[in-house]
Amino acid sequence: MTTECLLVRNARAFPFAACPVVEMPAFRETVIENVRLGARLNALFAMFQPENDTLLLLAVMAHDADGSLRILATRPGERYQALTPACSQAHWFEREIFETWGILPESHPWLKPIRFLPSRAQDVPSAEIGRANFFRMDGEEIHEVAVGPVHAGVIEPGHFRFQCHGETVYHLEISLGYQHRGIERALAAGITPRTLHYAETAAGDTTISHTTTCCQAWETLAGTQVSARAEAIRAIAAELERIANHIGDLGALAGDVGFLPTQNYCGRIRGDVLNCTALICGNRFGRGLLTPGGVQWDLDTALAQNLRARLAEIEADAVSAIELMFNTSSVLARLEGTGVLTAATARDIGLVGVAARACGLSRDIRRDFPYGIYRFHHLPVCTWSTGDCFARAYVRWLETRQSFRFIREQLDALPEGPISSSVGPLRPDSMAISLTEGWRGEICHVTRTDANANLTVPKIVDPSFHNWFGLACALRNQAISDFPLCNKSFNLSYCGHDL
Amino acid sequence: MPLMWNILAARLHQKNRTLKYPDGPAPELPERFAGAPEIETGKCGENCDACLRQCPTGAILREINTGELRIDLGLCLFCRACERACPSGAIHFTHEYRLAAARREDLITGPGREFPAEARQALAEKLFKRSLKLRFVSAGGCNACEADCNVLSTVAWDMGRFGIQFVPSPRHADGILVTGPVPENMRLALLKTYEAIPSPKIVIATGACAISGGLYHSHPETHNGAADLVPVDLWIPGCPPHPLTILDGLLRFLGRIS
Repeated sequence: MTTECLLVRNARAFPFAACPVVEMPAFRETVIENVRLGARLNALFAMFQPENDTLLLLAVMAHDADGSLRILATRPGERYQALTPACSQAHWFEREIFETWGILPESHPWLKPIRFLPSRAQDVPSAEIGRANFFRMDGEEIHEVAVGPVHAGVIEPGHFRFQCHGETVYHLEISLGYQHRGIERALAAGITPRTLHYAETAAGDTTISHTTTCCQAWETLAGTQVSARAEAIRAIAAELERIANHIGDLGALAGDVGFLPTQNYCGRIRGDVLNCTALICGNRFGRGLLTPGGVQWDLDTALAQNLRARLAEIEADAVSAIELMFNTSSVLARLEGTGVLTAATARDIGLVGVAARACGLSRDIRRDFPYGIYRFHHLPVCTWSTGDCFARAYVRWLETRQSFRFIREQLDALPEGPISSSVGPLRPDSMAISLTEGWRGEICHVTRTDANANLTVPKIVDPSFHNWFGLACALRNQAISDFPLCNKSFNLSYCGHDL
Repeated sequence: MPLMWNILAARLHQKNRTLKYPDGPAPELPERFAGAPEIETGKCGENCDACLRQCPTGAILREINTGELRIDLGLCLFCRACERACPSGAIHFTHEYRLAAARREDLITGPGREFPAEARQALAEKLFKRSLKLRFVSAGGCNACEADCNVLSTVAWDMGRFGIQFVPSPRHADGILVTGPVPENMRLALLKTYEAIPSPKIVIATGACAISGGLYHSHPETHNGAADLVPVDLWIPGCPPHPLTILDGLLRFLGRIS
């Protein structure tokens, strides 16, 4: 019953008509079979077709081994047999599809809202935020702990519901949606002067990577060749973003285990890295750096020298602060063995990014689906096998070192050429799948043009969308007092999930 | 013992990095930093509306009587789209980081307006000058405003020097600092947090989103910022505001600097 999918490459436009539209049973079996053979489900989503007033269900699947993406579509009708019981990676996507479009995935085991959107289905009442049919344990000494949406620290809102016996967490349910700002709805309506800013703020700590993902889809649909210089500047900014966030996370992890020296140093060092990004474009988060066709700001010789000198100092400071933490046995004792996720679970639920690599899964879009300057300049993929908080911390540190080296190499040999190319008219009736490796993991934007070459972005998947469920799994049988540590070791985006 | 030496060695390496500001000079801003914009309406071409069309949030307003342009910093993303769109070079972004104001209308720049505006507030100065504890509520913030508020608690900015601190309970707080456009899904949480804070209390709206909705202005999913739900006492523009803009706003608001 399985059928052939369309094979495409990362950030390469293809005629939308080439995507096979098959019957639902064939679609279902093909997706399940691909995932069984090792594919990752990058996106499973419904897309409205205004030309014939129907909904299409699309699956985008990545085969890391050969760098190919497979696409398949179907017309789901009002209800269909859920994929989730046979394919855990579909779990969160099918909940999203049901909530957004009212298409019922029958026999889905956990069909609850993920964002608490106003319901579009006639017979389904809108859910009130935070009021869900939470999983409950019963028993004399069982207690429930509810945390959020507003948290104690300076962080985004989300709700966590723990089922505990004594200190031990038996089950954690994560209920989000508080950050829902309507980004996908706005992006699916077409290009406006706001479009690029939506990408910049989809997850505001991932400005460069989300905007790169958005721009490279736009560029391939317009047939624009981006200069190597612009690609190098984008990659430098993306690696600065990775370094800043990883160092910030390592400091916060030190804080969560009460090791104050590293916490304090890293808080400051993170700011020093953000200031490097501000040297390039004036903004600490890289706002306004990217534009379709290239970048808005050049990196001349003097600036490159300035950056190189600053980064040398920053790296020395980071080595001093972070190796101190990894050489301290009391810190290691708290990180090791806490919040363990096995490679098998990580594979089943489709974990991406740092969290996946910390379980020993070697997956990185920069290597497996190379884009931009990463096609010519490679970074080793850093993994660790233990799947605990230590692994998630240590993979961050290994990656940080690689990113420093990569930026140095780029600054030493910045390609000549213009920083932006003109973006011509878009190709009509086309689609592009654009993937990048943000600091949290894989970012996926699905972009298409209609018959009049109007561009829309019907789907954005932030790495957090794949990974929140991983945090819930990692908390099982942990002490509830370790929740802040486990949460920080994933450090997922609330707004990137809620969009 | 070796651990103690490691800690001391790291401490020596890291040195003392707390900013001298405000007693010493403010930290240097990058050359490409976008602070307060300036418009020279005299340079505008006839019937030209290039900047108005390119502004993503509709932050540029034309005075009906005089035809002069003004920029609402409460909506502005400081993205320079207007500066690039202007064919006659009439708009440019200065290095002026002092952007905060105590009245919403003072965020509108243009000819005939003094800028930076007064941010000082008598009640805040009287009650909170030496100790201001804030509850942080992210209501649709994208984590950029959050990061640049967080950085104020690090050793580099160390706003604890001024008695300003983010606290983990509304009961311990003198007010809230809000970021984000306030999604409908956060309305109740914001109101409850506000109610849980003992009076008298203040509200600080930080970033274009919290002031006006910013990029999410007129999205049906959001409330166009905090002001429709809670009374705002201090407005700190930017997308996100530079930490220096936030700290300057807080210190002027409290009358710690003028």
